Amino acid sequence: MSWRAARYAAVAGSGLLVLAAPFLAPAFVTQFTFLWLMIVFALTWDLMGGQLGYNSFGNILFFGIGAYACAVFQRDSGLGYYEALAIGAALGGVLAAAAAAFLGLGILGLRGHYFAIGTLGLGIAAGEIAGGWDYVGAGSGMTVPLFPGALELRSLFFYFTLAALALATFLTLRWLYGTRFGLALNAVRDDEDKAEAMGLYTARLKTAAWSLSAFFLGISGALAGNLIGFIDPRDVAFAGATYGVWMVLMAILGGKGTLWGPVIGAAVFHITQEIFWTYLLGWQRVALGLLIVAIVVFFPQGILGTLREKFPGRFGSKAEVQ
Amino acid sequence: MIDNFLLLFDYPVLSADLALNGLLIGAVFVLAAFGMALVWGVLNIINIVQGEFVMLGGFVALMAAEAGLPVLLGIPIAALALFILGWGLYRLVIFRVIDRDLFVSVLATFGLSIVLQQLSNELFGADVRTLEAGLGTLLLFDGAVALAQIKVLAFFLALGLGLLLWLFLKYSRLGQAIRATAQNPRAASILGIDTDRVYAATYALNAALCGAAGGLVVMAWAIHPYIGLPYTVRSFLIVIVAGIGNIGAVVAAGLGLGAFENVAGFIFGTEYQIALVFLLMVLVLVWRNLRLQRKRMYLK
Repeated sequence: MSWRAARYAAVAGSGLLVLAAPFLAPAFVTQFTFLWLMIVFALTWDLMGGQLGYNSFGNILFFGIGAYACAVFQRDSGLGYYEALAIGAALGGVLAAAAAAFLGLGILGLRGHYFAIGTLGLGIAAGEIAGGWDYVGAGSGMTVPLFPGALELRSLFFYFTLAALALATFLTLRWLYGTRFGLALNAVRDDEDKAEAMGLYTARLKTAAWSLSAFFLGISGALAGNLIGFIDPRDVAFAGATYGVWMVLMAILGGKGTLWGPVIGAAVFHITQEIFWTYLLGWQRVALGLLIVAIVVFFPQGILGTLREKFPGRFGSKAEVQ
Repeated sequence: MIDNFLLLFDYPVLSADLALNGLLIGAVFVLAAFGMALVWGVLNIINIVQGEFVMLGGFVALMAAEAGLPVLLGIPIAALALFILGWGLYRLVIFRVIDRDLFVSVLATFGLSIVLQQLSNELFGADVRTLEAGLGTLLLFDGAVALAQIKVLAFFLALGLGLLLWLFLKYSRLGQAIRATAQNPRAASILGIDTDRVYAATYALNAALCGAAGGLVVMAWAIHPYIGLPYTVRSFLIVIVAGIGNIGAVVAAGLGLGAFENVAGFIFGTEYQIALVFLLMVLVLVWRNLRLQRKRMYLK
């Protein structure tokens, strides 16, 4: 079998697996659904942190905007469940992207750790504001409309919508990283001043990248809000201490700045978490902190980064013989 | 919101009360900001654990009081305990991230802050705790402005510690070594300064400062395990406004931030106070950066 045929076979096989997974292991549908969500998190974070070199600690902001925008639309529009969810999710994505474009005017001018801490501030401020704003239920949060159908149907519905979103995110980024735009992102990461001197419109590039990342995150927020069923300002929508940190961690664990790294990181992280964390009871978050420190200090290249260093030939680069 | 704003003008005494109380808490921010400026200037690390040191200092003071020791003795005990913790953290983690790029150190200290936060949540519980120092209340303007004496004590103690720190850096041998290392670590080590020890001492000293600040916070206000991050952001905000090497500016910025927070918290509602601090930080960053961008530069 040729290399090409093997690839097609692998793609078809994993496609079938994705379609069949909820029927093969019906007990784990929710976990699989969250896995897709994690993959969206890691991919969108890596678009900024890995490819563009802007390490955002506040991407959770867009997730929360999407969740709230969709829930408010579902509450006020008076449409049927599916119509309201579809339009609400689109609205969430667009609003999140618009917020990114607007905030980007000021924030994207910051570099390095100033960007990191500025975005961290934005994410937490958003949670605090949502927690005090009566229009979105203030501290008691928002509930979303009930799913019109059986429980099994509900979990299948969210499994396939989130799988579709993760796939759409992945394919969009895969296509994007192969274009001039992707190269330009990497140029900004490697040396922003030189990139600008070479004639790249860095401000536009950064805004476009952040908006794109925010768009997918906004949609994922809208879907996740409905999947969880209840939107708490600090523990679901703007959950900086869980989702917000996981995004960064998964992308780094898998390998920053690669296409597959975030996917692998998300899968490894999510599976580990599901298997081991129930045994840790209240100590999960302590373990999470320790994990961050350990990964950042001892394993900053991530899984793919380390493999690439060990086997450069497999990644398309030639090893130089000294 | 507008009503509250107008109220400040109708009752100037209320404004004075808010602003004074704010200035007093500002002194504690100054203490934490000194520590952050020290670590930033010497180790070139932005220490996200800062606020957790404050929080832990508070819990140590609380435990010391519960063990039957005089309440005010809790402050030096907190400083000492945090000094040891800071030294330990340096030896375990921080020394590994000093020469790495800033993202690594920000994320590593962020991870440490989660660890400490969650550990104290498990160990001490999530309740809001406070410690009664047993001091009275100071009445000003015929009793219109009430200041708890412990807050006044905290104010002067914080500023006194700041002065001590300055004297220590200026005249003591270790202080001079710290300043030399901040200027040029390579040259300092050529001249026989053990820079690794200087880094460890600086980091531990920072933790001790925060610990003392935490002891004051638990007596004059309150603490809980999740109080850390706002203190980190406040120190960061003060340092970016004031600059790293400028002690007078740090004091002014810290006191100003305290007063601003209290007055703004009153106008917009205390539920937004934390959000205001974070937004103010973002605005200050963006504003400073925009001014630099006119000269084709950016914040470094």
